[in-house]
Amino acid sequence: MGVNFLDYTLRVGGEAGQGLATIGGALGQVFSKIGFHVFTHQDYMSRIRGGHNFYQIRFSDKEISASREMVDILLALDLNTIEIHRKSVRNEGFILYDSEITKKKFEEPEFIDIPFRKIALDVGKKSVMANTVATGAALGILDLGLEAFRKVIRKAFKDKGEEIIKDNIACAEAGYHYAHTNCPRCEAFGVREPEYRKLMLIDGVHAIGMGAVMSGCKFYSGYPMTPSTGILNYMASRAEEYNLVVEQAEDEIAAINMAIGASFAGVRAMTGSSGGGFALMTEGLSLAGMTETPIVIAEMQRPGPATGLPTRTEQADLLFVLYAAHGEFPRVIFEPGDPKQAFYLTNKAFELAEKYQIPVFIQSDQYLADTEWTYEKFDLEHLIYNDYRLREKDLEGVDVYKRFKYSSTGISLLAVPGEAGKHLVVADSDEHDEEGHIIEDSETRIKMVQKRLLNKLPLIKKEIDPPLLYGDSSPKIVLVGHGSTYGVIKEVIDTISKDYKVAMMHFSQVYPLPERDKFDYIELLEKADLTICIENNATGQFAKVMRAETGFEFSHMILKYDGRPFTIENLKEELHAYI
Amino acid sequence: MPTSEDYQGQVPAWCPGCGNFNILSTVKEALVELGIEPWEVLVVSGIGQAGKLPHYMRCHTFNGLHGRTLPVATAAKLANHSLHVIAVAGDGDCYGEGGNHFLHTIRRNPNITLLVHDNQIYGLTKGQASPTTAQKTHTKIQPYGVLAEQMNPLALAISQDCSFVARGFAGDQGYLKELMKAAITHKGFSLLDILQPCVTFNKINTFKWYRDRVYKLEEEYDPSDRLKAFEKSLEWGDKIPNGILYKNERETLEEGMPTIQEEPLVRQKFSIKDVKHEIEKFY
Repeated sequence: MGVNFLDYTLRVGGEAGQGLATIGGALGQVFSKIGFHVFTHQDYMSRIRGGHNFYQIRFSDKEISASREMVDILLALDLNTIEIHRKSVRNEGFILYDSEITKKKFEEPEFIDIPFRKIALDVGKKSVMANTVATGAALGILDLGLEAFRKVIRKAFKDKGEEIIKDNIACAEAGYHYAHTNCPRCEAFGVREPEYRKLMLIDGVHAIGMGAVMSGCKFYSGYPMTPSTGILNYMASRAEEYNLVVEQAEDEIAAINMAIGASFAGVRAMTGSSGGGFALMTEGLSLAGMTETPIVIAEMQRPGPATGLPTRTEQADLLFVLYAAHGEFPRVIFEPGDPKQAFYLTNKAFELAEKYQIPVFIQSDQYLADTEWTYEKFDLEHLIYNDYRLREKDLEGVDVYKRFKYSSTGISLLAVPGEAGKHLVVADSDEHDEEGHIIEDSETRIKMVQKRLLNKLPLIKKEIDPPLLYGDSSPKIVLVGHGSTYGVIKEVIDTISKDYKVAMMHFSQVYPLPERDKFDYIELLEKADLTICIENNATGQFAKVMRAETGFEFSHMILKYDGRPFTIENLKEELHAYI
Repeated sequence: MPTSEDYQGQVPAWCPGCGNFNILSTVKEALVELGIEPWEVLVVSGIGQAGKLPHYMRCHTFNGLHGRTLPVATAAKLANHSLHVIAVAGDGDCYGEGGNHFLHTIRRNPNITLLVHDNQIYGLTKGQASPTTAQKTHTKIQPYGVLAEQMNPLALAISQDCSFVARGFAGDQGYLKELMKAAITHKGFSLLDILQPCVTFNKINTFKWYRDRVYKLEEEYDPSDRLKAFEKSLEWGDKIPNGILYKNERETLEEGMPTIQEEPLVRQKFSIKDVKHEIEKFY
């Protein structure tokens, strides 16, 4: 396989509607239950049926964090998949297909013809179970047993009854045995089982949703838009268990105004969308800025402009989110690199939003939204929850409550309307006085800008953690990334670090940029011979932010803007132009 | 018991003779007569002359953006349904920029009251047509007269089975107060469209113009008859009906949400330890 540890990639391809996500999702769960580290990503078209989609699962006995271009097993549910992906199959690899479905027989040794549909009809009496047969067959090739898959089937169909579970398990077994007995080359494959460890499997949107729930978010409003819909779905699915209110708004304008209304009334609130929907939210964003209402906004990027590539990925909204909305007010932007960072940064987003009464962004993209990773655990002891909302007993001794009272920190007391005794809470989108009422005089305006913006900014900057340095501690080559490119850059560093003094510098807390007192990252960059900024956009937006905020200019940039994420192979190839 | 004094806010910056003064004093009186204290009321508004009203009262206030009154008010109600939430808007604010929210708030049916100051003109921006301006009315930016059909908010609301649909007139404060009290105490989304002359920019729909036309619905009028209500809502011209045109007893948005039945959301305690088990679902 070209690596000294076990590392396989399996790609499931077919049309939308053929159940790729079911097969891919199940395989991801099976491998993680066995104890493999898993990394999955999805590539799908913006259509309900037809077209070409794939789901890729990489599994290994070591930690992994990106996708490979080349695959070991291609599970082809249609002829198109064979034609598109045949070149990506390694020499030692396999292509599993059903010649009855493809209406074409392949004689080359890598092809294994398995009658998915016929087995499904014979054993399960339903052609839809062909997916279960195919999944079982993939496991049969790998000789990994069926115990984990049986558990996954039981969990997936627990609401559908014992008979469905039984038939699916029978189909899985039939597929497994067929593949196992009809694969003469399989013995050379030799997959060894990893040492068992209990692993969780989680993707970006679930990590953000779980982060919100564990941060005390009680209200989520959103309008469905790929790839942010997953957060809305997750929050709705947990509403009953955790007493959340989740509302599908009529548009994104309503969604952000609802989040602001709920937060003003006293609960932690969040909204989310993608670039096009967030464009509609910018008016509400400035309302949050003016009224100092804490909100968390998930901005899940997809390629634009306009409707762009609805189901694909890009990091091209950073400057938009940074400059969105009119007027001047503080904001924070986090760009997690993996689901674990997404979880903790969502928690930190709520903390900072509430503490400073500002909007905070979790900015991510389709790639991370749908990418599943395995972890042994998230350390829940590190979660932060401080209740900054004040109620009657907290306001004892306060004679006249003023929502926007001047203070050296810029932070005024945040009372809950109706829960603060007879104290009244007044907020206004117009410039206002300390009490919250409309004013137009220049003196109050200056004081309010100082309070709202200038006093808070230096304190907010101190909360931002330095970038992560991975690899050589005094590198000659620094690969700089932000957000979802974290995993792929990290793996590339792993593979080239024996030949070069190289390190990754990854920014997940991108705005405001961290101060330089804890870690002078600019000095480190200045000392390196090569500094390459790697971004999933066409103009190098993060590099622009760095230049604008610090004056530092990268020596090179690697930019990818085809709507697809970087893979290990293509990033390495791009790097060869410079090193 | 609260008094009118308790609700005394800032000095209004409206034009002398504006219909808004009557609406302001009527809201205060209605709340006082209902025995509702200022700290039990949240008034949410958007932008326009009507949007300034909450500043001239003393109560919880959220004065947000043009047209966005209802999403803020709805969410505030969901967060704390023990508050009386009153949304205040103008005709341009609510039916123009906020038209989509108006439509969907009717569908959601939160238990909030919407007071629309309907003067059939844009006052704050100095005299452009609003959705309720009559066809053929000439303004600076409608030189051929308004070409679009005049909007009928009451008919629209009834067609969507809005929980409470009423019309009042700022020139008849006594009756307006009755309607306001009925709207505030109604369970469900209540729309009270208030004819309110703009003395500066609308020279057509003056106090006299309305006074000559408005009439109260007869004693025996049955507001539960939706078809009849629809018929009444189409009456506009020489005779304009005032009163509760339509009401029903639909389930409110808050009643449909099981998670806030025992306690308003805002009073529910949160502790990380109560949600930590969530992570087990990902193993």
